[in-house]
Parts: sequence; structure tokens; C-alpha cells
Amino acid sequence: MANIIERILSRASDRDRVSPGEIIEANIDCAMVNEITGHLTIKYFHEVGAKEVWDRDRIVLVLDHTIPAGSVEAAELHKIMREFGREQKIKAFYDVGMGGISHQVMIEKGHVKPGDVIVGADSHTCTYGAVGAFSTGIGSTEMASVFITGRLWFKVPKVIEIKVNGNFRKFVTPKDLFLKVAKILGVSGANYRGLEFKGSTIKDMSIAGRMTICNMAIEVGAKAGIVEADEKTLEYLKGRTSEQFFIAKSDEDVEYERSLDLSVDDLPPLVSCPDAVDNVKPVSEVEGVELDQVFIGSCTNGRMEDLRLVADILKGKKVSDRTRLIIIPASQDVFLDALREGLIETFLLSGATVANPTCGACYGGHLGVLASGEVCLSTTNRNFVGRMGSPKSKVYLVSPATAVASAIKGRITDPTSFKGD
Amino acid sequence: MTKLKILGKVVKYGDDVNTDLIIPGKYLVFTDSKELAKHAMEGIDPPFIKKSKDAIIVAGKNFGCGSSREQAPIALKYSGTRAIVAKSFARIFYRNAINIGLPVLECEDLWDMVRDGDQLMLDLKSGKITNLTSNASIKAQHLPYFILELIEIGGLLNKLKRAKV
Repeated sequence: MANIIERILSRASDRDRVSPGEIIEANIDCAMVNEITGHLTIKYFHEVGAKEVWDRDRIVLVLDHTIPAGSVEAAELHKIMREFGREQKIKAFYDVGMGGISHQVMIEKGHVKPGDVIVGADSHTCTYGAVGAFSTGIGSTEMASVFITGRLWFKVPKVIEIKVNGNFRKFVTPKDLFLKVAKILGVSGANYRGLEFKGSTIKDMSIAGRMTICNMAIEVGAKAGIVEADEKTLEYLKGRTSEQFFIAKSDEDVEYERSLDLSVDDLPPLVSCPDAVDNVKPVSEVEGVELDQVFIGSCTNGRMEDLRLVADILKGKKVSDRTRLIIIPASQDVFLDALREGLIETFLLSGATVANPTCGACYGGHLGVLASGEVCLSTTNRNFVGRMGSPKSKVYLVSPATAVASAIKGRITDPTSFKGD
Repeated sequence: MTKLKILGKVVKYGDDVNTDLIIPGKYLVFTDSKELAKHAMEGIDPPFIKKSKDAIIVAGKNFGCGSSREQAPIALKYSGTRAIVAKSFARIFYRNAINIGLPVLECEDLWDMVRDGDQLMLDLKSGKITNLTSNASIKAQHLPYFILELIEIGGLLNKLKRAKV
């Protein structure tokens, strides 16, 4: 008997079976770096005297944290990435204007397949579990080793099963579900563990929603979040990859370290309050908190499904005078789709500003940095002290529905009781 | 090469010290490790650099949670921090620290046994931690051999160099 993660890791390490706690060495199907982590990987790659990457078709380079370059320092990092891409003849190089936020790009462009083992030098690499891959974040030095050898050691994780049933109420979303999970598990509750999401709610959930919940697995310390690939996954992958893949599943009667049994029928919109992701309350309990900035975007919530929901609520309305609304589509493809559907026009007419795909605002880099004393409501994944700018600013994390209803009111607002004007 | 016996003075922190506190995102465009070191712990305890020489950080649970940025352990290492002993670590930080040659030990009970400024002696091989100020000692969780080996040779890069890739 084995769970989905054990199945993937045993295949990747050429073993019949693996057990939790065991250290294994796995073949890596794909490795991704961005400019913030990649420049170190490239430096180390050269420093140890390596000449060629192990497989140029399995490496993805993405510029996303600081695009377009906002400083000479950032421009230098981009240059290092570009030169390495050319030198190693890496085809999957996503320059400014070519891709967007790495995690969106990786799935959207077909670099992720079910059953893969993928590492990325970014903690939110765990997003790719949304299509049934085992994916996890690693550091720059290890990535240099992966670039050279194509292999990496892992401790086989114990797995926590998260069964979710029921139907979301209107304006309640997968983000709210994950915040519920964070409240239950706490910020270190899944350290060194995998999270497997299953149940009827997950079956019904879009790939975009699955990306949101797998993306945030790291926020409870998890090594990976994963959803078994199904018809929705196969449909999504059509036209994105032509490679063969392997669909891993947990055995029916496999035992988990821990199981959560959740229903979303009565789940209210939730908010993660400063300064920890597990400081979660119903939005109704913090309604009225005045907002300087609302940010909608990131690898967590910057997809078409999110932007459509935002536009639905925002259409014909104005962003409050006391608040600024910043919307950043997760990728060039999302940006283009949003433009074609008229969503961008809705955003601009409401008084929102729309910026190019980048991670900038989420980590306090650029395009939405907070001043001291400012309060931001954000659809991102972290609300640590100083995460989005000044250490004296505050960040609340919510769904896109809560974010946009609140932007219209200028204060935290429950979208399920929102009346519009 | 990293010595397997480390002497230093305690700098104490609580639970969930995240990577944004260790090195805020705005500094990630810097490539100079010494420049990063100047901003180490800026989000929680500035200016850490004034007390980081020969520091042994003793922290609560989940040290280094958050981002995969290797700049976090790099900033600490170049600030003069010799080692970190925490009740537990976030996994990416743990691997990063070992890979760059910054020793990390897990010990649930040390935190209650030390005060800021106490002199500590760590023996990485045996896991024994001695508080020279109070004369108490305790055992940390044992480091697997391959991790000890990585620490001893100063990190993964040295291992790769030796492998003559």
C-alpha cells in the first residue's frame, strides 16, 4: 500500500516502494529558478567548474520577481539569467514579456505533468501538486547540484489527508478553504509533511482552485501539496504537453498520519490577520478595518477565474477614494485573456491600476510597496511583518471576492453580505 | 572546513522567525554576501550585525519558515553567526543552512536553559550542547552522517568541487 507521494517518489528513485522517513535520491523531471534565486545557482554552477547542465530541456528559467527591472541591481540579475540561458541553450527561458509569475507559467506552458518530481528555487513551487506532480521548493546551492546531476535527495514525507466535501457558498472560494486548513494546522503543523487534498469539493474544483490550495501548502510548513490527477487535469493538459505521463493515486485503504474531514457548505469568507498566516478569522469579525491598499494577484490568486470573479463584483462600481486597488494578472497569457474578455477595461474604469505580471508587490519588491502605518488587504500568501514593505505596515490575506468587495467599500467587507454601494 | 566544536554566545529568539524577518525581500537584489549580512535580522532585531559576531542563535520552533531564499542563511553566516539551535526548523531553511555550511541543530529543551549572552559549546558530532555560563548540558537531535559530512567539508559546493564535476 502506498499514498500518492510515495508512488511518485518510488518511481523517481527506481524503487518498488519507499516509506516515510527514508532518505531517497530521485531523478528530477524539471527544475525551475527565478532571477532572485537563479543568479546564485548560476554563480555556484560556474564556481564548481561545471560546463553543461544535465539536461537543457528539463530546466526552466523565469524572470518574475523584479520585472521589468526596477533597479540596476535587478537588471544585473536578469543579465546573468539571460547569459546563462544562451550559454546553455535553454529553450524555456521566460524573459520580460514572455511569461510572468513562474508558478503560473510552469503549469500553463506544460512544464508540469502528473507524476513528475519537480523542484524550484522558490518556496511556492508546491503549487504544481494541482496537476498531480510532486513539487517542492529548494535553495540555490541545491539547485546548482540539480543543474549538474539531475538528481536530489529527499526524506520521504508523512502525509496528511485533507478530505473536503460540500459546495462553496457564492463568493466563498478555495482560498477561504485553505485559510481554514491553516487555522487548523497552524504555520508549522505540516512541517516535513505532504498534504493530499481529496473529496467531492476537490473533484469539483477547477485547476486554478487546486493551484491556490496547493500553492499555500508551504504556509503550514508542508513539503508538497497534491491533488490526484483526474479528467479535469487531463482536459487542462490537452495542448500543453505532448509528453507521456504517469498518473499516481493513493491506494483506497492507505493509512495517513492524520486526516482532516472538512465541509465547505457553511464555510464563511475567512481572513488571515497580521502577522501570521494561521491567525485566521471570519471576515465578518474584522469588517470595518480601513484599507490603504488592496492587492489582487500573485501565484496564489492571479488567474482568470480570480479576475472574472473580481470583475463580476466590480463592474459598474468605483474603488473607494480612501483605497488604491492594484491588480496584477499572474502571467502574460492571463493578462491577454483578461484583456480580450474586457476585464481589464472593467478594472480601469473602476479606478484600479493594472500592472504587468510579476511577483513584485507580494514580497515587498516593487509595484505596490507599503509605507509605515499602512494597511493592505491582499490575495497573496504571506502576511509576515514587513512582507509587503515597511515593517510598520500590516497585511491581511483574503480571497479575490473579499478583496474586491473591500476595495469598493474602502474597508474590510464580507462579500457574501456586500450590497454594492 | 567547519569545525565540529563551536564556541559562541547566545542570541535568543522565539517561534516562527520567518525568512522575511531574517532578510527582507527588498534586499534580494543584492549579490554581495557582506551587504546582505548588514541587514540580517532587520525585520526582527536591528541592528543584529552589532551582536552577531560568534553568535549562536537559540530559537523556538519553525525557525526559517517562509521563502526558499538562501540569502537568509547566507546573511546570518556572513554576519558572523556560528550556528543555530532551534526547537525545530522549516525544511527549506534547514537544507539551505547545511548546504551553505551553517551548522543547525534541533533541540527542544535548550531554549529554556539559556539566556542572551550565555557562552555555549556545541559538539556537532555527539550533539552535546554545554552552557558554559550555567554549567548545564543537554543533547541535541543526532545529525545523520551525510549531513555531518556536508557541514564538516563546509557545504554542498565543496562536495561538488571535490566530485570534480
